[in-house]
Amino acid sequence: MTANGSSRDYRDVVLAAPVTVPYVRYSIRSAHWFVAQALARLLTASGLRKAAVDGLSLGSFMLAPDTAIGVTQHLGVTVRWLDHLPLGGACGIVALRRALRAVQCGDAEVVACIGADTNSVDAFRQSLGSFSVFARDAVFPYGSGGPNASFAFLTDYYMRRYGATREDFGKICVAQRDNALGYPHAIFKKKLTLPDYLNARLIADPIRLFDCVMPCAGAEAFLVMTRQRAESLNLPFVTVRSTCERHNAFPDDPIQTRGGWVLDREHLYGAAGIDPADVDFVQTYDDYPVMSVIQLEDLGFCAKGEGPEFVRRHTFTTDGSFPINTSGGQLSVGQAGCAAGFLGLVESIRQLTECNLARPVANARFGIAVGYGMITYDRGLCSGAAVLSRAAT
Amino acid sequence: MIPPLPKPPRKNPILRTRLPLLPPSARSRAALGLTAAASRGRFELQVCNDCGAVQYPPRESCHRCLSGKLCWRAQEGSGELLATTTVRHSHDTFFQERVPWRLALVRLDVGPTVVAHLHAGCPPAPARVRLGARLDKAGQGVLVAFPMDEVPNMADDRQLREMTCDPKFRKVLVTDGKSAVGQAVVRGLAAAGADLIWVGHAEPWKETARFAELATLPQVALLPLELTDSQSVREIAAEIGGKVDILINTAEVHRTHGISSRSGVETARAEMDVNYFGLLRLAQEFAPAMRARAADGQSSAVAWVNLLSIYALSNFPPHGTFSASKAAALSLSQCLRAEMRSSAIRVINVFPGPIDDEWNQTLPAPKLSAEALAKAILSALQDGVEDVYPGDVAQEWLARWQESPKVLEKELSI
Ligand SMILES: [Zn+2]
Repeated sequence: MTANGSSRDYRDVVLAAPVTVPYVRYSIRSAHWFVAQALARLLTASGLRKAAVDGLSLGSFMLAPDTAIGVTQHLGVTVRWLDHLPLGGACGIVALRRALRAVQCGDAEVVACIGADTNSVDAFRQSLGSFSVFARDAVFPYGSGGPNASFAFLTDYYMRRYGATREDFGKICVAQRDNALGYPHAIFKKKLTLPDYLNARLIADPIRLFDCVMPCAGAEAFLVMTRQRAESLNLPFVTVRSTCERHNAFPDDPIQTRGGWVLDREHLYGAAGIDPADVDFVQTYDDYPVMSVIQLEDLGFCAKGEGPEFVRRHTFTTDGSFPINTSGGQLSVGQAGCAAGFLGLVESIRQLTECNLARPVANARFGIAVGYGMITYDRGLCSGAAVLSRAAT
Repeated sequence: MIPPLPKPPRKNPILRTRLPLLPPSARSRAALGLTAAASRGRFELQVCNDCGAVQYPPRESCHRCLSGKLCWRAQEGSGELLATTTVRHSHDTFFQERVPWRLALVRLDVGPTVVAHLHAGCPPAPARVRLGARLDKAGQGVLVAFPMDEVPNMADDRQLREMTCDPKFRKVLVTDGKSAVGQAVVRGLAAAGADLIWVGHAEPWKETARFAELATLPQVALLPLELTDSQSVREIAAEIGGKVDILINTAEVHRTHGISSRSGVETARAEMDVNYFGLLRLAQEFAPAMRARAADGQSSAVAWVNLLSIYALSNFPPHGTFSASKAAALSLSQCLRAEMRSSAIRVINVFPGPIDDEWNQTLPAPKLSAEALAKAILSALQDGVEDVYPGDVAQEWLARWQESPKVLEKELSI
């Protein structure tokens, strides 16, 4: 097994100022606009001046031909620490990990971590053919179904191998929609029933309409700073108990049924000093419901293959036995490109700081936010997670 | 399992003919190796010269040992069908016109997992399947998962038919029915289920018994077609150009001369006039009409076949002027292929070794029979191959040419 322990904890650094630039299905604005709006909201939420932000971490797909550096001039910010992370569903966790260390080591005092993307009418289609060399050469010429087709394979395989049913996945989607009805920024505002889910239009068998996220435009962001700084600003904050990040895990698996969490969960819980049973909610990376089930298994809430049974045993609303995606997840809030990699983190900070926009999970002390993504060919290459804790604990 | 292809209904003249679309055709340079192999009907993947690891998707360095020496090697293609899906909503206009579209995820026995088009004859997953490579409508190599064994109506699979040029239910023009090759091609087309076969014949006063016999086939219609005469080609194109689905240019003039064995240019000019200018006249008159019908339903215009010669690759001095005319035709056909690509019409070049006819009388065996050559042309259409080298001599010349064109030239000049 690969070494994965990090010797140093995150005791002295915290996360604060969770903000969202509300999502829209399509926008004529550039990704730069969403980045700027996110930064403006971070400043409003924290009471900091722009000059006080001396670190910037950007997760975005749609800045081209710019990268983060061009954005500094665009926004008129001067920073001494800069990161650009076009890592999709993993960019939030990766941004968090790097920013924590930067602040801890004194390379920056306040890092703005922003995930932002735009979505014009034809943008998603155009992005598919240029997503990666492997996708362009060996996936896109085959039916051009995009991620729907890729996850259809994984879902088809998982269902046959582990006996999952459409009803199992539907239960998760329906619960998340219920959570979304309490969250003002969700794109979907209508109740979803199990029959709605089961009878929806087929997209790529066995995937139907409500298994798929809605591409949209928007941004999510938070600040990383020292505990001392947050206290002096009078900001509510959460602490980070542990994190993990893994890329291209299990390359010899014929098809993806697990991610890098399997390699890292022991460290994740060990460093956090908690057990899976202590976790009050999980924000899975739910680009498709099968991935939520796989993440619950790989993070140790049940054994591999027992996901379907776990789903049948639990309820997933904010008041349920196992709350997941408490603001509705991407499946109900929408997928704003790289902002999706921040959605679970931002919602977790809100849940653990009494800054709720969604319905609160009662007495929540520990939450896990999961990152996953980058299907450059047949599987998501990135996986990561963070255990967050209420500051008082 | 696969219903036989129904005979297409008559075209409704009121409906607008659809414009041809192509599947996504952008590829990295490394990935074009798959296309190059598929154009000759082969399924090849990159194999590491240093550690033997098989690679897919194509790349430039070994994923196991980082060696930069990867070579394309023929693959047997068997593997495990892991999962399937049917795309019902595509982000690409070509596929959106053709959904539902079946796809497979297959773990090859040699290692890599591949995404492939799924032939309807494959059993549901999990199952054993065999991967093959085909050219798609964009002329790019793609992988197809086939059942391990032949199933009835294999070629009629709706998706596979988008990658092949099967003459079944199609209308074909064979430009010269006077030669033994032309006659064998016509008989092969009739047996393969072609709907209508126009057979061109130059010099109508020269009647032969075997040619007269062709006219008795119910699918055959004879046409006076003189490739050396622009007016004749134009008139025939005006008459049938808008209906031809497959054009097979079998016309050729073959005389056995080098430079010094005959004075004057008349013989060489006669060769060029048919072998090169004949192709040019046909291309100018027929290609536009065929391109306009490249998306005309189940039996749209699909292919253009040129009978070249293996001598097109490197000059065979005893047949020097003939070789030169075929080299010119090869070059022109590459231009035609590039121009036809945007309409998804496949240009198939056939490079036979010496054919067993009067002009190769003095050459030793093995020589290619007209029937064998016709069979190779039919298979090329049915498999959707782009370059065909029928017969042992052609295969050997090709291998020598691929290894070193210069060495082959020196060998031929002795
Ligand atoms: Zn190697």
